[in-house]
Amino acid sequence: MRLELRDITKRFPGVLANDRISIQADRGKVLGMLGENGAGKTTLMNILSGLYKPDSGQILIDGEEKVFADPVGAIRAGVGMVHQHFMLVPVFDVVEAVALGAETVKNAIGTFDRAAARKRIVELSEQYGLDVDPDAKIESLPVGVRQRVEIIKALYRHSDILVLDEPSAVLTPLETEELFGIIRSLAAAGTTVIFITHKLNEVLEVADDIVVLRRGRVAGTADPKTATRQQLANLMVGRDVELIVPKGPAKPKDVVLHIENAFVRDDRLEMAVKGVDLDVRAGEIVVIAGVQGNGQTELVEAITGLRSLDSGVMTIAGHHTEKSSPRQVSDLGVAHIPEDRGRDGLINYMTIAENYILDSYHKQPYSKNGIFNLKAVRERAAQGVKDFDIRTPSIDTYAGALSGGNQQKVVVAREFSVPVLLCVAAQPTRGLDVGSIEYIHRRLVEQRDAGAAILIVSTELDEVLAVGDRIAVMFDGKISGILDGDDATYENLGLLMGGASFGGGVAA
Amino acid sequence: MNAVRNTLRRAAIPTLAVITALLVGAIVIILTDFESLSKIGQDPVRALLSVDNVDGKTIFGGAIGGVINAYSALLTGAFGDPERFKAALASGTPKDWATALRPITETLVAAMPYIFCGLAVAISFRAGMFNIGGNGQVLLGALAATMVVIGLNGKVPSPVLLVLGILGGAAAGGFWGFIPGFLKARTGAHEVITTIMMNYIAALVVFFSLQGTNNWLRNPGSTSPISRPMGPMTDVPNILDLPNTRLDYGFVVAILMAVAVSWLLFRTTKGFELRASGFAPFAARYAGMSAGGSMMLAMALSGGLAGMAGAFIVIGTVGQLSLDIHGNVGFNAIALALLAGLRPSGVVMAALLFGALTNGGKLMGVQSGIPFDLLSFIMALVIMFVAAPGLIRGIWRIRQPRAVGPVTAPPASPPAATPPPAAPPTEPAAAS
Repeated sequence: MRLELRDITKRFPGVLANDRISIQADRGKVLGMLGENGAGKTTLMNILSGLYKPDSGQILIDGEEKVFADPVGAIRAGVGMVHQHFMLVPVFDVVEAVALGAETVKNAIGTFDRAAARKRIVELSEQYGLDVDPDAKIESLPVGVRQRVEIIKALYRHSDILVLDEPSAVLTPLETEELFGIIRSLAAAGTTVIFITHKLNEVLEVADDIVVLRRGRVAGTADPKTATRQQLANLMVGRDVELIVPKGPAKPKDVVLHIENAFVRDDRLEMAVKGVDLDVRAGEIVVIAGVQGNGQTELVEAITGLRSLDSGVMTIAGHHTEKSSPRQVSDLGVAHIPEDRGRDGLINYMTIAENYILDSYHKQPYSKNGIFNLKAVRERAAQGVKDFDIRTPSIDTYAGALSGGNQQKVVVAREFSVPVLLCVAAQPTRGLDVGSIEYIHRRLVEQRDAGAAILIVSTELDEVLAVGDRIAVMFDGKISGILDGDDATYENLGLLMGGASFGGGVAA
Repeated sequence: MNAVRNTLRRAAIPTLAVITALLVGAIVIILTDFESLSKIGQDPVRALLSVDNVDGKTIFGGAIGGVINAYSALLTGAFGDPERFKAALASGTPKDWATALRPITETLVAAMPYIFCGLAVAISFRAGMFNIGGNGQVLLGALAATMVVIGLNGKVPSPVLLVLGILGGAAAGGFWGFIPGFLKARTGAHEVITTIMMNYIAALVVFFSLQGTNNWLRNPGSTSPISRPMGPMTDVPNILDLPNTRLDYGFVVAILMAVAVSWLLFRTTKGFELRASGFAPFAARYAGMSAGGSMMLAMALSGGLAGMAGAFIVIGTVGQLSLDIHGNVGFNAIALALLAGLRPSGVVMAALLFGALTNGGKLMGVQSGIPFDLLSFIMALVIMFVAAPGLIRGIWRIRQPRAVGPVTAPPASPPAATPPPAAPPTEPAAAS
């Protein structure tokens, strides 16, 4: 079916979320919708799926105007959503989860006709190449498969227009490729697909048309055959951005972080890091690439003192830190940008000033003999806000009220507010938009050039390739290979991330 | 200027909650005025229009008048009668002054333990610990103070005896609070369970220590388990030198403690650690803080404040240890601290409110025949409205503040196994 949105406007108190947005998606085509966080993508999709009502504007399906009173109305009209966060009951099996709310019944009492539902699910998965075991429990399925279940769920409800909201955020590169295959076969069968993302490569790869949103408006459209990543990025941000932050060749000096045959256990006491050797030198950026869950988290926690080494050697600037506490590690001059900033890096209910001193509050000039010097705290925090261009009404604003990019800037500003010997940054740009990514990368390179040793953990290949002087790929708790930044490509990294080994790897 | 505005904004919801609760209380007074109700039911028109009352009001007006009587008695009972003040000004005798001032001094006397215990709860909640053990800590503080005063009576001068008694009470309460903190930090035992259980233990310890005939603590002249009166040994000096007033320097100490707690929480690194561990245990660990240390410190301080309340009640206000000396202040203080938004200044204000309601309610009961239970009802409504700020905003049509924190601090952490979810900001779109 052909979908058209005409002049959709939606206003929230103080924010114009959608400002006269008009888009069209044709039958059997994939429309890629690009936009930074806060550009209005999610609001638009919530309007399309019946969660919000537009203040003005029309939704037309096959030329006929539709008004959705609620999400059920949207589903009836053939619009199916696959949300970023899956809406599946974990203890159900696939058949139950898919049929929930749209059950076929087989008698007057209303007994669930499981056989019929199962048959239809099997048909759908065969038709579109959605490989799913209909009898598997949802909670036992990997993320990529759960997403397929969500897609089947939408198709099961006869959706001819399928909206995918940031579908690749949770997927490995391989799973993303499979998803693109599925999207193509859906489009080929006549489904209209709207693909929302902030990743430039993905729209270029899978979309037939591209529409870019910025600050609630359509900033422009592009043809994926001719558009470049740079053009799209500029459209998204509204200025010239650098997708790859310029940096000179690394000038590695002394080894700062030395890890030898390290073993680390995870929370369930299973071995997560299984014999890692790694050196990071002053003046270089080493990136640990790899699919989430291959021991990177535990390795970072071991380096930063949040976890103890089970066995092995770890030194930072010559000091043994195998059993050190977070504070001992931090006192050596280690900055830590944590993977989960909402949980570890920031306290949402504390102000920016308080968050700014979160791990140095006990030192001068912030405090002396356990008593704060509030003037010094406020001055330094205000300086940090200025230096790092943190967009906030004041330093007394709660950290939780900031956008993701600005929150991450608070963390980075704090970590770089003291001299840095070693910086450990886990997923430093996860969930951030292009402009913020550029900014964070720039700061990391700056620290490198100032002589710090930088260790970044990332699952985003774009990031890995953009900033890494050396790239170590982690698979199943081990380093499966170390590449020079110049030699790394999507292909050889992808192979290593999947478990291929380069004959024991090139020891660093 | 901004500070003033922020304070007013923070006070808006609690203030409106109190007003709303009083209005609902008024409706309940009318609805339970069965005499007038039955007349209104029999003949609504006559009830509205005709005057057949002795005081020249319609029956409907009489029901409303009942509310006015009740609330004015509440006010008079809590703050004093203007007529008495006039009389005192005219005569100037200490006796008349005492009569005029007694209601307000009694309100402050009632508020004193609420301040201590409200601070105790606030400090523990700020650190992510639910101290439900206030009653037990008050009791044990009172017991320790009694033992010190009776045991050392005659051996040290009276002022020293007094100070030792208060410190002894604080130490005992602190120890009683420290135990659950220690258990949580070392073993993960949940403090809600341990503090509740320790309330029972404390009650039984006090009961046991007041048993037996040859007991040095027990009042020999009494059949019930109460201690010897401490009055002749030592007393907390009174602020006003007037006959029959009980307001003593315990109240001043309570205010000083509010200042001290505020300073500790917001001006010291220990307070920063307490708050950080309470809001976000993971972030506190990431920042190199010791969560266990914060738990133990917060619980010890919390218990110490409650124990100090017990000491001041038993030495100053009551003068004699008994099993019900805590007056359930430990539990009531939980609601009070939430009403106060866990701020020390708010605790003082809320304690004054609770003191006024408790004290004024007595006169209201005597004068208008409305049972004291109505006051418990109103207090419960206040808490409920504070806990549901959306309801108050809806009733009074006030807009949600933008990019400002919650009226009450976020709830302290649930059981150790599940970390508290990252509380979402009230308005996510503040800055981008």
